[in-house]
Amino acid sequence: MDMSQVVIDVKGLNKWYGEFHVLKNIDLEVHKGERIVICGPSGSGKSTLIRCMNRLERHQEGTITVDGTELTNNLKGIEKIRREVGMVFQNFNLFPHMTVLENLTLAPVWVRRMPRREAEATAMRYLERVRIAEQAGKYPGQLSGGQQQRVAIARALCMSPNILLFDEPTSALDPEMIKEVLDVMVSLAEEDMTMVCVTHEMGFARTVADRIIFMDHGEIVEQNSPEEFFSNPQYDRTKLFLSQILHH
Amino acid sequence: MQAFRLKEQLVPILTQTLVVGAILYVALLLFQNTQANLEARNIASGFGFLSVESGMPINDSLLAYAPADTYGRAFLVGIVNTLFVSALSIVLATALGVLVGVARVSANWLVARLAAVYVELFRNIPLLLTLFFCYSTLLAFLPAPRQSLSPLAGVFINNRGVFAPRPHWLDGMGWVVLALGLAAIGAVLLARRSKRLRDETGRGLPAGWISLGLIAGLPTLAYFLAGRPIDFDVPTLHGFNFKGGMVLRPEFTALLTGLVLYTAAFIGENVRSGIQSVDKGQLDAAKALGLRPGSIMRKVILPQTLRVCIPATTNDYTSLVKNSSLAVAIGYPDMVSIGGTIIGQNDQAIEVIGLWMAVYLTINLVLSLGMNWCNAKVRLVER
Amino acid sequence: MSEIKTFVPTPDSPPPLTSTGVLRWLRDNLFSSWFNSLLTLLALALLVRVVPPLVSWALVHAVWTGGPGVCDDASGACWAFIAAKARVMLIGTYPPELAWRPLAAGALLAGVVAATVSGRCKKRVLTGLWPVFFAAALWLVGGGAGLETVDQSRWGGLMLSLGLAAVGILVSVPLGILLALGRRSGMGGVSAVCIGFIELVRGVPLITILFMASVMMPLFLPPNFQINNLLRVQVGIILFSSAYIAEVVRGGLQAIPKGQIDAAKALGLSPWMVTVFVVLPQAVRHVLPALIGRCIALFKDTSLVIIVGLLDFLGMAKAASQDQLWLGHEVEGYVFCAAVYWVICFGMSRYGRSLEKRGPQTNR
Ligand SMILES: Nc1ncnc2c1ncn2[C@@H]1O[C@H](COP(=O)(O)OP(=O)(O)O)[C@@H](O)[C@H]1O
Ligand SMILES: [Mg+2]
Repeated sequence: MDMSQVVIDVKGLNKWYGEFHVLKNIDLEVHKGERIVICGPSGSGKSTLIRCMNRLERHQEGTITVDGTELTNNLKGIEKIRREVGMVFQNFNLFPHMTVLENLTLAPVWVRRMPRREAEATAMRYLERVRIAEQAGKYPGQLSGGQQQRVAIARALCMSPNILLFDEPTSALDPEMIKEVLDVMVSLAEEDMTMVCVTHEMGFARTVADRIIFMDHGEIVEQNSPEEFFSNPQYDRTKLFLSQILHH
Repeated sequence: MQAFRLKEQLVPILTQTLVVGAILYVALLLFQNTQANLEARNIASGFGFLSVESGMPINDSLLAYAPADTYGRAFLVGIVNTLFVSALSIVLATALGVLVGVARVSANWLVARLAAVYVELFRNIPLLLTLFFCYSTLLAFLPAPRQSLSPLAGVFINNRGVFAPRPHWLDGMGWVVLALGLAAIGAVLLARRSKRLRDETGRGLPAGWISLGLIAGLPTLAYFLAGRPIDFDVPTLHGFNFKGGMVLRPEFTALLTGLVLYTAAFIGENVRSGIQSVDKGQLDAAKALGLRPGSIMRKVILPQTLRVCIPATTNDYTSLVKNSSLAVAIGYPDMVSIGGTIIGQNDQAIEVIGLWMAVYLTINLVLSLGMNWCNAKVRLVER
Repeated sequence: MSEIKTFVPTPDSPPPLTSTGVLRWLRDNLFSSWFNSLLTLLALALLVRVVPPLVSWALVHAVWTGGPGVCDDASGACWAFIAAKARVMLIGTYPPELAWRPLAAGALLAGVVAATVSGRCKKRVLTGLWPVFFAAALWLVGGGAGLETVDQSRWGGLMLSLGLAAVGILVSVPLGILLALGRRSGMGGVSAVCIGFIELVRGVPLITILFMASVMMPLFLPPNFQINNLLRVQVGIILFSSAYIAEVVRGGLQAIPKGQIDAAKALGLSPWMVTVFVVLPQAVRHVLPALIGRCIALFKDTSLVIIVGLLDFLGMAKAASQDQLWLGHEVEGYVFCAAVYWVICFGMSRYGRSLEKRGPQTNR
């Protein structure tokens, strides 16, 4: 594993929503194959940060470079990045008017110009991976939350991304479904996928993450390896957050 | 307990008997009154009048019609006119409505404001007033026949209508029609081939452009090869008006304009609420997958918009068909207008109003069935 | 174990100048892409083409006062025509010396509307206020009981439009509720009758109903019991409107959770008590914005009475423009008419929307 190559490079990032300073001086390097967990209280800017990484949000100051391409208003660059970066959302965001299989083949066919048969074969492979192949012909509305999120992960995988972004993928799920989604994420991590996960699943963070980043008030308070982060937090704010989230 | 049960069963039965009985009784009374009244006023009944010569002139007819034709024929002319103006208005109002709806949610502040002004303006003014306004401004601003505007050779615009040359088919037109047919078949085959190619290799053909070329080009080619087999009957000024050619009367234009402007405001609102009903996450997900704005609109947003739009728009379409009856107020000979004249001539109001109702109910039934079918196609499958 | 540090959030800094201010707003809202810029330019071109001529016609070159003929060489609007015809447009051929009566009724109406819209009055007060107002208005306009009676054939103009709409709403709402309840009553015969009526009426244009009321109804009634055209048209409007209101109310009835009915039954309420005390109030409150939408539609629809020979607001505007002394001012009449209709309808729709925003729960 070539951990030296930087695939996401965020430098001096500042973002405002109107007058509201939502991200402050963020510096962050993500290396190839690295698994990063971002946590922090609600409203601290976690979603905004990772949504900047595939330019679902525009930033005003600083640079974000993904796979060597800087994110600017250049549409070609944005299209290229979005092909390489997959994203999984809290609310799944599956397309409700398409079957599971159509959800999975839409982007490969229309973005990657992949022959439909091939796209379907790939889609079926990934559906097997997330152990849901028998649901291929159903519509999202017919699936449980956990199943929908696994389909969403498979949909992102179908574009063969180099990087996967997760925005609280288990927060909208019932407790008994969280594990089935986490299992899939763990297996992805074992295959050296570069992952940036916003999550509050501290068990997942402990076992899988290479680095944990804690954010508050739009800035990175501290970042550390899981062992250090849990056993030896540097800041009072981190400690407070951990005590709230672990003793629940 | 027993008594309670009995009461529970008895009350509905009694109520129903009472209601239905009362209605039947009233109906009987009305029937007897009507019989007596008709007799007293010497009004005929039955549909025999439909085969009587009408003697009424109709100035705007899609069917061949002369005053020597029967009332039945005249009424048929009215039905066809109603259908024609409704169908054309539906198409145009839908196009304008979609435009307005998309403009309402535009990122461009000015465009969104203008669209909002348009919608609020036309929704809050009675359609009849809009029609009167269209009609009188049309008449006020268009010149008299002698001072006709002529934007193209052979086309004359004045306050009697828009006059244009009427094409006559000569021998050899068959070739042009054949060419058009071939081009259409070609376009269908091409679309299929393009889809198959895309499924197999990932790349389709620019089928839209090629088809457009085929459909426009082939018949044009045939037209010239066959020696230009169309002759035009050009309208010419006779005294105070034009004769010959085709004509679009101001009554028709005003009715069409009014119906389109009014209905498009409502359809625009449906489209707006349809677009706004699509979850923002859908857009995020589609963008994150790398889809282009055009694909996002066509594959993700619009199909979900339809689900919200169709039921409301069905109502607007049926309203439009019904509203086309306002033609009577500006003198376009639709079904109500012609029926009204018939009533004026022979007093057979019951039959004519019955015919009106039957035709409108049928049109609206067909329209609703069609739209329900569309709706079933776009409905989401839920658990 | 190292020392614990205190996290002090960095103070917010203001956004860079390029992301605020007028220029930024223009960029974001009007010129965010070349396509948007093009749209903006097109829209501006349209405005430049339309607004200045309109302003010049309606204001700059308009003639505001004077008798017949003052507008003969004016290039702008002839508002003097409106001034001269205002009375007939508002109250029709109502005796001029008694004009204060409809005006007083109008003032009362304004007061009651203000009380309703302000939202300060209790619902119970309002429910009492409106019927009292109706009785008072009818007495003022129609006369009797101390006032000189004015025949209905002399009612016209905006007063007639408002009257037709108001009485139409007043009667068709309860009728519509009855129809909706009948449709959902589960009693085969009754619901068949209601469905038949509702769908028949909703399937045909208002004009055919008005023709029916105006031309056919005299045939239905016994010769010794005939009612005048105005009343017949009013009946037609009521029948028409009640079918639409029934559908709106049905939507509200369907939206009531079944748990509400179960709970009410569990309390031992009889079926009709459940309907009257639990289901209906919730259903009506739920569809109040839609009901207001129907009221707007009804008010606009009253303009159709011109086709069966009544001279309402629009009818009077049309008739006024045929006055030999004032020929050629149709457009001004229609613009005035449109402005009045627009203000009333837009006001109602705003009120409906504010109810929607306030939410059904808080609207007590
Ligand atoms: N589109 C937006 N416009 C304005 N403020 C926003 C927008 N999106 C998020 N915010 C605000 O930015 C802050 C950070 O949001 P977010 O990144 O979603 O936080 P997190 O994901 O950490 O809970 C929040 O205070 C939120 O209210
Ligand atoms: Mg978030």
